[in-house]
Amino acid sequence: MARVRLERIRKTFGKVIALRDVSLTIEDGEFFVLLGPSGCGKTTLLRCVAGLERVDHGCIFIGEREVTGLPPRRRNIAMVFQSYAVFPHMKVYDNIAFGLRMRRVPEAEVRRRVERAATMLQLEGLLDRYPAQLSGGQRQRVAVARALVMQPDVLLMDEPLSNLDALLRLHARAELKRLHQETGMTIIYVTHDQVEAMSLGDRIAVMREGEIVQVDTPMRIYEAPATVFVGGFIGNPPMNFLRGVAENSEGGWSFVLEGYRLPMPEIPGVVPQQPLLLGIRAEHIRIEASPQPWTVPVTVSVVEPLGAQVLVTAYLGSQTLKLTLPPGRAVEPGQTLWLSFPPEAVRWMDAQSGQALR
Amino acid sequence: MKRGSRMADLLWYGGAALLALWVLAPIYLIGLLAFSPRMAVYRWPRPLLPLEFSVETMQFFVNATGTLAATRNSVVVALLTMILSLALGAPAGYALARFIFPGREAVRMGILMTRMFPMAILSIPLAVTFIRIGLYDTPWAVALVHTAMALPFVILITSSVFMAIPRDLEEAAMTLGCSPLTAFLRVSLPLALPGLAAASLFTFVISWNEVFAATILTLRQRTLPALVLTVLNESPLYFRFAGGFFMVAPAMIILLIIRRYLFNLWGVVSR
Repeated sequence: MARVRLERIRKTFGKVIALRDVSLTIEDGEFFVLLGPSGCGKTTLLRCVAGLERVDHGCIFIGEREVTGLPPRRRNIAMVFQSYAVFPHMKVYDNIAFGLRMRRVPEAEVRRRVERAATMLQLEGLLDRYPAQLSGGQRQRVAVARALVMQPDVLLMDEPLSNLDALLRLHARAELKRLHQETGMTIIYVTHDQVEAMSLGDRIAVMREGEIVQVDTPMRIYEAPATVFVGGFIGNPPMNFLRGVAENSEGGWSFVLEGYRLPMPEIPGVVPQQPLLLGIRAEHIRIEASPQPWTVPVTVSVVEPLGAQVLVTAYLGSQTLKLTLPPGRAVEPGQTLWLSFPPEAVRWMDAQSGQALR
Repeated sequence: MKRGSRMADLLWYGGAALLALWVLAPIYLIGLLAFSPRMAVYRWPRPLLPLEFSVETMQFFVNATGTLAATRNSVVVALLTMILSLALGAPAGYALARFIFPGREAVRMGILMTRMFPMAILSIPLAVTFIRIGLYDTPWAVALVHTAMALPFVILITSSVFMAIPRDLEEAAMTLGCSPLTAFLRVSLPLALPGLAAASLFTFVISWNEVFAATILTLRQRTLPALVLTVLNESPLYFRFAGGFFMVAPAMIILLIIRRYLFNLWGVVSR
């Protein structure tokens, strides 16, 4: 087990820049998630750590050792592939034992370690089977067991749950979390699924177009996104962003939203008439049935009952926003609601750059 | 609507049956007469059902002068061709399947284009060259030419075989302690073996059946097709039937075994 340090990693494929000088430190024992839409470079970054891609520039350290130029077999990593990459011509036992045998571990020790991993992943009865005789979930567990027995410094996982059906994925996710708690291993985990990232990660790095946009704990990423992109990518429904301008009058700063004037804290660097975005999560919006001070009226357009809550799409002038209501509350399309935005829950963003202010 | 689709079905299956008959009828007649008594060939009306089974005709063919030596030559040439074309073709197929390099499509096209040169134009200069370097009239000469003929197929078959093996498997092996070579030897090669076996059997058939180059490049070391071709005019009819069957049988059996891989090569999904 070890910490992993990446320094200004650059990787290009022809003219396409896949990674633009990415720097990261992953702590020892951390469950670290790389999250982003497809094509953002997260898998490429993982493959650079594995040694399956050569970096054009930059350094990779695992523990105190620099591994930048080393082939995968000399890095003491293990990887779980999206396709699982279980060897079809070997029985489950031989699959799990493969890496240990390559290291010439004595056969008695191989047996001990394989059996321990098999117990951990509930594969005991399947060791004599061929992968073709296994279900998708079982194959995924074989791939994890095969990586675990290597006792790697860092375990790399490339969307290991994306090929499972929804119910199984929920179960396997919890199993992975338990496994991490039991082993205390350093894990780097790639996914495009924000729910997976939130539930598994000690920390999440959100990536976009070959760059890391934000590295933080799941709750910080959720509550205080660094950019409009992060706020829109994380959370379901995504964070609401409302366009308006800052104004400064004798009473202090205010935010003018579709002609309504809302109080706004003084933010260093903000100038009068600067276009801003008011970012707020649906669950933080206060909903009133009648006009109150500092509220704005919205018109309900779509009502979607989702069981635990009701998802409402509403119009504020030409802008849309998503609200969540408790299931008992009756709302109908066309109805007017008055909303207020608690200042402590608002994330102010610059409309031009999409960056959070403060 | 119903009637129209039935009509189309009828045409489809009728056409398929006609094509099958076109191919199978001569093979059936060859097989029939090869296992009939010698004189059955001259009888009229010709027997169309296998009523009198006899190995007399085949025996006559096998015991005829040169048949056994030519068979041995054919087998030697075919085996050499198999080894040479697999040794050259499988790495090329692997490269085409695994690596993206400049000119990859050009290479793929070029491999097929070599098949466009008519053997007739190549054979005379080849014969001259082989005489000069002392290869003429040896199994090696024929095997080299057959290798050249078989290579495009071997490369295309093996590249489709390797393409069917996910790259992930080799990469997984590399993260588990393999070098690129050991990953290939322990993971890809075992998975490719059936396909590679099919490719080499196919080469065997190509070499076994090839007559033109074999005739021009040999004099005394005839392969079987070359021998049969040269004695065709002065041999009795039953001898030709027996020879025909003798040459067709191995090819048929082998093609039957490897048909799954050939369909794959041609982009047809076999069921």
